Amino acid sequence: MSALAAAAPRRRASAWRAFLRDREGMSGLIVLTLFGLVAIFASLLADPAGLEVTKADGPLAAAPSWEYPLGTDHAGRSVLTMVIHGSQVTLLVGLAATVISMLLGTLIGITSGHFSGLFGGALNRFTEWFLVIPYLPLAIVLATVFPADVPKLIAVIIVIGVTSWSGTARLVRAQTMAIEARPYLERAKALGGGHWHQMTRHVLPNVMPLVLANTTLTVSIAIIAETTLSFLGLGDPLRVSWGRVLDEAYALGAIDRGAWWWVLGPGVAVVLVVRAFNMCGRALERILDPRLEGRS
Amino acid sequence: MTGPSSGAGAVTRRPSRLPSPLFVLRKCGAALLMLAFVVVVNFFLFRVLPGDPAKVFAPRGRNADPEALRELRERLGLNDHWTVAFGKYVKSVLSGDLGVSFSQHAKVTDVIMDRLWPTVLLSGTALVIAAVLGVWLGARAGWRRGSRFDKLSSNAAVTFYSMPEWLLGLVLLVFLNRYGIFPTRGMNDPRSTLPAWLDVLWHMVLPVTVLAVVYVAEYSLIMRSSILDERRADYLTTARAKGLRDDLVMRRHAMPNALLPSMTLFFLSMGFVVAGAITVETVFSWPGLGRLTYDALRGPDIPLLQGLFLVFSAGVIIMNLVADLLMPVLDPRVRAA
Repeated sequence: MSALAAAAPRRRASAWRAFLRDREGMSGLIVLTLFGLVAIFASLLADPAGLEVTKADGPLAAAPSWEYPLGTDHAGRSVLTMVIHGSQVTLLVGLAATVISMLLGTLIGITSGHFSGLFGGALNRFTEWFLVIPYLPLAIVLATVFPADVPKLIAVIIVIGVTSWSGTARLVRAQTMAIEARPYLERAKALGGGHWHQMTRHVLPNVMPLVLANTTLTVSIAIIAETTLSFLGLGDPLRVSWGRVLDEAYALGAIDRGAWWWVLGPGVAVVLVVRAFNMCGRALERILDPRLEGRS
Repeated sequence: MTGPSSGAGAVTRRPSRLPSPLFVLRKCGAALLMLAFVVVVNFFLFRVLPGDPAKVFAPRGRNADPEALRELRERLGLNDHWTVAFGKYVKSVLSGDLGVSFSQHAKVTDVIMDRLWPTVLLSGTALVIAAVLGVWLGARAGWRRGSRFDKLSSNAAVTFYSMPEWLLGLVLLVFLNRYGIFPTRGMNDPRSTLPAWLDVLWHMVLPVTVLAVVYVAEYSLIMRSSILDERRADYLTTARAKGLRDDLVMRRHAMPNALLPSMTLFFLSMGFVVAGAITVETVFSWPGLGRLTYDALRGPDIPLLQGLFLVFSAGVIIMNLVADLLMPVLDPRVRAA
């Protein structure tokens, strides 16, 4: 028991060292740290007053210049200011939706893997249903009928969380079943450990590394979902996010004006952040899942 | 070649290449169950979540006039007990009646049927191109893991995979619009002097490119990891020991085996294809189901949205069923499972 307890932190430390050595993972982490800092200090980097259409004083839909490094939009707002402040909503929604998705996925995955009878089977069917149903139409439908008195920002977070947990659940279920076949679970059962004890004390710690690696991949899916929903006009209309800047650019004629800077700034930001999360996720998967050794 | 395995359950395997009727029945049953669940969700989501469903269904939302609202409540069965209303709903869905779209002033089924083919044409073309290219790229990259080709193509794939499809379309449009080479919206141009089919083809170039690029990224990553799994297999060593050229080993031996698991994943990614279709059709104003979804959101035109959700889900469920039924025919390893 004590040997096991001592082994855990050592393993964690070596995983961290392996991550530090992983070039792909580290470059992803650096990009994410930068964007995180930008989101936290957004108000210091760019005056939030620049987000209001009425207070904008720049030239209308002007190409990048020294004063406006990413150009301006139809109302003369600096695109850079909007990208800086948009990072807050995009990252917040992406992370919060991921938390919901991970909780749901882990809970449903472990329960459906642990209980073998009718209950587990039904949960598994439920998971499969969510896996098969195309997420975007479901998210669109959910976002449309969501009660109007819930703030839009929270509604979007819940919608994305509820539509994206199934992949995690499938992964966790498979892992749970693999763990439950091991002798130490038999021992726990023989000693009279209940379902709750088995699931939280034995299964959960063993599926956590997998969930962790999956989390970073889920964040990238959640961010794509957030920008897509905002682009379709289902996001929070009162807050700037990258998806909404892109939606405005599309709806207010960036294409006809040839205003590439209006699209490029937020577009590059989305791709950079999603790609950075993907890179971290791939690196974590490599480190935590030894079966992938020699694969990627 | 597949003898009865030891400890087989009730299902005894036969050496024929066809899946057993029981297997087909079970898969069809599962698909039907999923479809039934879509219908149930479609009913309850629109009834339970919003405060007053009539106001959601009404053309002018919250400002609908009371007379129209009363009529709507009657028609939607909101005055009935929910079991009665649900019975009515299921009956009308089964008879192919999905209600009336108020933004298009037509029956939902007719509107959807009108827009179905452009979507099938666009997504189908992109899918075929992407599957062929993705398999080829992924196989080549995986076969020579760590080579320059692999690094380049894997990097590109992860980048495009990290990009929402519509964003790529938007960027392309914003740069290409000024040159006016390719048409940027719609499916045909009444002023065009080209033959009708060529005009449609010409309009397809940009949206198909965008969809194909993103799908290729997904498919090549799947195929690559599938080839990597296969790379060290013993039968490949045998093939090499026979003195086959490396290229032949890959194409004749490794590819067919790596292709099969990839196929399942290709079919499983249909939801991803639907999302691409919705957003890319929106950006290019392609008159298909995706653009229709975007337009339906403007109301929002709830009956139409309900119908679209049903059709998209049914499409994906049917594709999955086809994959499930096809796999045992193609892959003996699945037949054993």
